[in-house]
Amino acid sequence: MTISLMRLALSALLALILLGAGPGFVTEGRSQSAADIAPAVAKFAADSYSDTEAGLAALALSPNPQAAVIVEAVGDGRLVFDPETKSVYVKTKAGALTDAATGAAVTGAPADLKTVRLNNRVRRAVEAAAGALALVSPDPQKRLEAAGAVFKSRDLAALPALQAAIAKERDPAIKDALAQAQAAIVLTKADAPEADRIAATKLIVDRGDQEALALLAGVPADASPALRTAADAGIAKINRSLAFWNVAQNVWYGLSLGSVLLLAAIGLAITFGVMGVINMAHGEMVMLGAYTTFVVQELIRTKAPYLFDWSLAIALPLAFLFTGVVGIAIERTVIRFLYGRPLETLLATWGISLMLQQATRTIFGPTNKEVGAPSWMSGAFQLGQLSITYNRLCIIIFALGVFFALLVVLKRTSLGLYVRAVTQNRRMAGAMGIRTGRIDALTFGLGSGIAGIAGVALSQIDNVSPNLGQGYIIDSFMVVVFGGVGNLWGTLVAAFSLGIANKLLEPFAGAVLAKIALLVFIILFIQKRPRGLFALKGRAVES
Amino acid sequence: MEASQALTPILAQSLLYLDNVSVVFDGFRALNALSLTIEEAEMRAIIGPNGAGKTTMMDVITGKTRPTKGEALFAGVHDLTRLDEAAIAELGIGRKFQTPTVFDMHTVEDNLLLAVKADRRPFSNIYWRRTAHERERIDALLERIRLKDHRGRKASELSHGQKQWLEIGMLLAQEPRLLLVDEPAAGMTDQETADTAELLREIAKTRAVVVVEHDMQFVRDLDVKVTVLHEGSVLAEGPLDQVSADERVIEVYLGR
Amino acid sequence: MKGLGIVDRPGAIFLVLVAAAAILVPIANLVVPAGSPFHISNYLVPLLGKYLCYALLAVSVDLVWGYCGVLSLGHGAFFALGGYAMGMYLMRQIGARGVYGNPVLPDFMVFLNYKELPWFWYGFDWFPFAMIMALVVPGILAFAFGWFAFRSRVTGVYLSIITQAMTFALMLAFFRNDMGFGGNNGLTDFKDILGFSISADGTRVALFVLSAIALAAGYLLCRALVTSKYGKVLVAVRDAESRTRFLGYRVANYKLLAWTVSAMLAGAAGALYVPQVGIINPGEFAPANSIEIVIWVAVGGRGTLVGAALGALIVNAGKTWFTGVLPEAWLFALGALFVLVTLFLPRGVLGLWGSLSAKRHKPAPSAVASAKPAE
Repeated sequence: MTISLMRLALSALLALILLGAGPGFVTEGRSQSAADIAPAVAKFAADSYSDTEAGLAALALSPNPQAAVIVEAVGDGRLVFDPETKSVYVKTKAGALTDAATGAAVTGAPADLKTVRLNNRVRRAVEAAAGALALVSPDPQKRLEAAGAVFKSRDLAALPALQAAIAKERDPAIKDALAQAQAAIVLTKADAPEADRIAATKLIVDRGDQEALALLAGVPADASPALRTAADAGIAKINRSLAFWNVAQNVWYGLSLGSVLLLAAIGLAITFGVMGVINMAHGEMVMLGAYTTFVVQELIRTKAPYLFDWSLAIALPLAFLFTGVVGIAIERTVIRFLYGRPLETLLATWGISLMLQQATRTIFGPTNKEVGAPSWMSGAFQLGQLSITYNRLCIIIFALGVFFALLVVLKRTSLGLYVRAVTQNRRMAGAMGIRTGRIDALTFGLGSGIAGIAGVALSQIDNVSPNLGQGYIIDSFMVVVFGGVGNLWGTLVAAFSLGIANKLLEPFAGAVLAKIALLVFIILFIQKRPRGLFALKGRAVES
Repeated sequence: MEASQALTPILAQSLLYLDNVSVVFDGFRALNALSLTIEEAEMRAIIGPNGAGKTTMMDVITGKTRPTKGEALFAGVHDLTRLDEAAIAELGIGRKFQTPTVFDMHTVEDNLLLAVKADRRPFSNIYWRRTAHERERIDALLERIRLKDHRGRKASELSHGQKQWLEIGMLLAQEPRLLLVDEPAAGMTDQETADTAELLREIAKTRAVVVVEHDMQFVRDLDVKVTVLHEGSVLAEGPLDQVSADERVIEVYLGR
Repeated sequence: MKGLGIVDRPGAIFLVLVAAAAILVPIANLVVPAGSPFHISNYLVPLLGKYLCYALLAVSVDLVWGYCGVLSLGHGAFFALGGYAMGMYLMRQIGARGVYGNPVLPDFMVFLNYKELPWFWYGFDWFPFAMIMALVVPGILAFAFGWFAFRSRVTGVYLSIITQAMTFALMLAFFRNDMGFGGNNGLTDFKDILGFSISADGTRVALFVLSAIALAAGYLLCRALVTSKYGKVLVAVRDAESRTRFLGYRVANYKLLAWTVSAMLAGAAGALYVPQVGIINPGEFAPANSIEIVIWVAVGGRGTLVGAALGALIVNAGKTWFTGVLPEAWLFALGALFVLVTLFLPRGVLGLWGSLSAKRHKPAPSAVASAKPAE
C-alpha cells in the first residue's frame, strides 16, 4: 500500500515539476513541400564552397525536416550530386541513395556521382546550420540542447535563427533557454547597444551557473562602466547562489546518507536502545531483508514479470516476517539466557552473525546479487540546480515513514505499552501479569523485522552480498549511541546530523577522512556525554 | 557563596558543613537549599520519605554528584564540591551503600586489606608487601566485625548480614573521620539489627557517623539527633520524640 | 595459591610446556630428519610461531578483560601497530633490492611518486628504534584513548563500542595510500631481519623461540601484576567499581596502567608476528579480528591468563584444520563457538577442567576467577 501511495506522490511531484512543459511546439514541417527547399538544394550541385555555404545558410532557416537530413549529410560527406543533371542525393548511412529535396528513395542513379566537398568554412557552416535547425526541431529535448549549445558557442551567425526560434517557441522553459542564448550573444557582441547588453546580463544572471559566471567574467575591462558594474553585480550574485546550491547539494547528499543511517540504525534503536541487547547480528538482519528482496524478484522474473514494479511492495512484508521470525528464534534460543550480561550477548550475537553470513554465502554464493529497481524509482528531476534521483528520494521518505510508524507502534499500541513497561521495570511488569518473556521475544522480533525492511530499501542502493550487514553494524551503533540509547528521536537526529556532517566535510577532507573525523568525533563525544545527545534521565539509568 | 561564608564562620568549622546546597537534574530538584552540619564524633540519623534527597546528599558529600549551587566543606577547609571521590575518601569520609557492596571474588581478609589506610597509588601497590601493622589492623577489624573465622572465605559466600558487617569493617579500615551509612539494617534479622545499632554507637564514640535509615525501631535504638529530609531540604531536626511529634513530619512521612 | 611466588599450578604447567616447545620444536625441525614422524616441517614452524604471537595477544586482552572488566574490541589495532613498526623496519632493510631498486624509498612509495621518505619513517632502519616504537606507539595510543575514556567513566558496552570504532577508524586510515604505509597492500616482500634472511630455516626457528620467550615473559609480567596488591585492586574495580572508588582508589589510573601495558604487549605480539607471516596490511585492523581475539580468551577461560593463551592455540589450530579440510564450515564453527561458549562454558575450558578436577579431588584450587560478568 505504501508503495502505491508513494508512487502517487512521486507522479504528483513529477507533474508539478513538468507543469509548464506542455505540448508547446507545433510542427509544421510535414506540410512543407520539397519545392520550398529546392533552390537551396540546387546550390550544392554548383561544386563551389561559397555556394555550399549559401545552401547551408538557406537550409538553416527552413522548417522542412529534410533540411536537417541534408545538413547532416554534408557534414558526414554523404551528400552527392550528379555533375551532369545537377540532381542532389543523400546517401543514407546504410549506403542507399535518396533524393535530397524529397527524401524519396532513388533507383538507377548514375554511377559517377560527386561528393559535396568540405573545407573548414563549410564545416563551420554545417555546424551553424545544424544548430539553427535543432533550435526548431520538433523534439523539445533537442531544442533545449541546441539552445544550450548556442549559449556555449555564442556564435553571432546563429542570431537570426535564434530570433526566429524565440518567436515560435511556446514552451516557457525552452523559451528561457533560447533567450539566455540570445543574451549571451548580445553580451559578447561589442557593437550591440549598451542597454541591450545590460539587459542581457540580467538574463544571464538568472541562469546562475558556472557557464554564466564565465560569460560575465569575460566582459572586457574596457567595456562601459555601466555594463561592467552590471556584470560585476551579476558575478557576485551568481557566486552567492552557486555557494548556496553547493551547500544545498551536500545537504541533500547528507539527507540521503542520513536516511540510510536511519534505516540501518532504527531496528537497533529497538533491540539495543529499548531492550539494551547488544545485537551484533543486526547487520545480518538487514542483509537477510535484502536477500528476501532478491528472492522475491527472482520469483517474479520467472513466474510473473508483470508484477516487477510491485516487487518491493511484495518484499516488504515478507522481509519483515522473515527477519522478524529469525529474530524471535535468536532471542528465544540464545539472547534470553544472557539478559543482564551485555558483553556476553555481544559475543554470542557476533557468533550468530558469522553463521548467518556463512549460511547466506553457502546458499547464494559469495558474489553480489542483482536487485533491480522498479521503473517508478529510476530517473531524476531537477530542483533548481539540484539533481534529485527518485530512488534516493524514495529511501528518505521510506526511512521517515518507518520511523514514524515505529513511533506510533511504541506509543499507541498495547505492544508498545508492554514493551515500555517491561524495559522500565521488568519485575513489576511481570507482577502485573505481562508475560515478559513473550514481550522480549516480540520486541526483538520487531527490531529485527524493521532491520529486514531496511534491507529491502538498502538493496536498492547497495551491493547485495553476504557482507552487506557488516558495513552497517558499526555505523548503526554509532548512530544509536550518539543519539542517546533508548531515545528514538535521538536516533533520528543523530542519523541525519551525522549524514549531513559527513557530506559537508567530504569536499574538504575527502570521503575517508570525513568518515574518520566523524568516528573520532563520536569517540570524543561519548567521553563528554556517555549517554548520548538525548539521554534518558534519572537514577534508573545508572548502573 | 561568599556572603554565606562570611555570615557563618563558626558553623563552617564543623566537621561537615553543607550550606544552601541544591542539585538539579534536568529541572528536577533533588536537593533544594539543603543546609546541615555534623560535628566531630557526632552521630546523626537521617530519615525521610523516598525521593527526599537522602542518597543525593550522600552523593554530594562523597563527590559523586556536583551540586548546582551551595557549599560543602569538610573540617572547615576542604571544599568537597571540587574534589573527586578518591580524594574525599582519603580525607576521611567513608561511605556504605544501600545494598551491601563488597568485593565478591576476594576473601574477607583481602576485602579488608584493600580498605586499610595505605598508599592508594597504582605503582606503589605493584611493589607492595604486607606489613606487620596491616596484619594487626586486619586481625583487630575481623574481631570487631565478628568475621574472624571467615577470613579465608570469599565474600560472595557470606550471608547478607555478614556482608553488611564486612562493609562496615572496610569503612573502619579506612580510618575515616566521618562515616556515611545508608540503610545498614535493611534485610537484617532483629538480632542483627540490634547488634548493628550497638556497633554503630560504639564507632560513633571516636568518629562522626551519619545514618540514613527507614527502620524506626533502629533509629530509636541509635538514640541520637534526627534530621528529617523532605523534597530536598531539612523539614525538622531534633531528638526523635520531638521530631515524631512534629505536625509536618507526621503529614509527609510518618503518616496518620 | 599465595606466598609461593607469582606462578600457580596451571601457570607452572604452562611455562613448562612453552619451554618444552621452545626447545623441542627447533630440534624437531633442524635436527630430526625430514622422513621421521617427529620432524616438524618448515611450513609448520612459522605457523606455530604465529600461534604463540596470538597467545601473547590473548594474554594481553585477558589482562584488561579478565582482571579489569574492560572488554576491548580494538586490541587488533595495537597488535597491528606493533606489526607495522616491525614491517617498517623490514621494509627499510630491503634497501635497493626492491623492484624499483630505490635505496631509500620502499617500492610502494616509488610507485606512488614519493620524492622523499616521510618524516615518520625516519629511524625505522635502526632495529632497536623500530622495536621501541612497536611498544611505544601502541602504548601511546592506548594511553591517550584510555586517559579520556576512563577519566570520563565510559564503561561496559559503551567502552567496547568505542574501542571498536577506534580500530575501524584506523583501518580506514591505513587503507589510504597517502597515509604512507602502503595503503591497501600494506607492507610485504621482506628480505631480511638483522642481516639474516627472513625465509631461512634458522631465522624462522629463532623467531619461533623468541615468540615462545615473549609469551612466557608476557605471561609472567601479567601474572606479577595480577598477583600484586595492584592486581587485587584491579579485580575489585572489575567487581565493584564505585566501592573501590569510595575506598579512595583512583580507578581511572588503575585501568589506564593495565590498559597501556596490555596494548604494549599486543604491540610486541604484532612485531613478532609480522616477520613470521611476511606481511602486514590494514586488514589486521578489521573490527572482526579484534572480536575474534576476545573469543580466544573466552574459550580458554577469562581471568586466568593461561586460559587465554590456551584458547588462542585451540581456536587457531581449529581454524587451520577447518580451512584445510572444510573451508566452508569454518565460520559456522567459529560462530557456534561464540554462542556455545557464552551460553554453556562461561568459565572456558580451563574453568571446565578446574571444576571437573575439583569434583575428583578436594575443594577447588580456585585461583580461577569465576564467570561473573563485568557489568
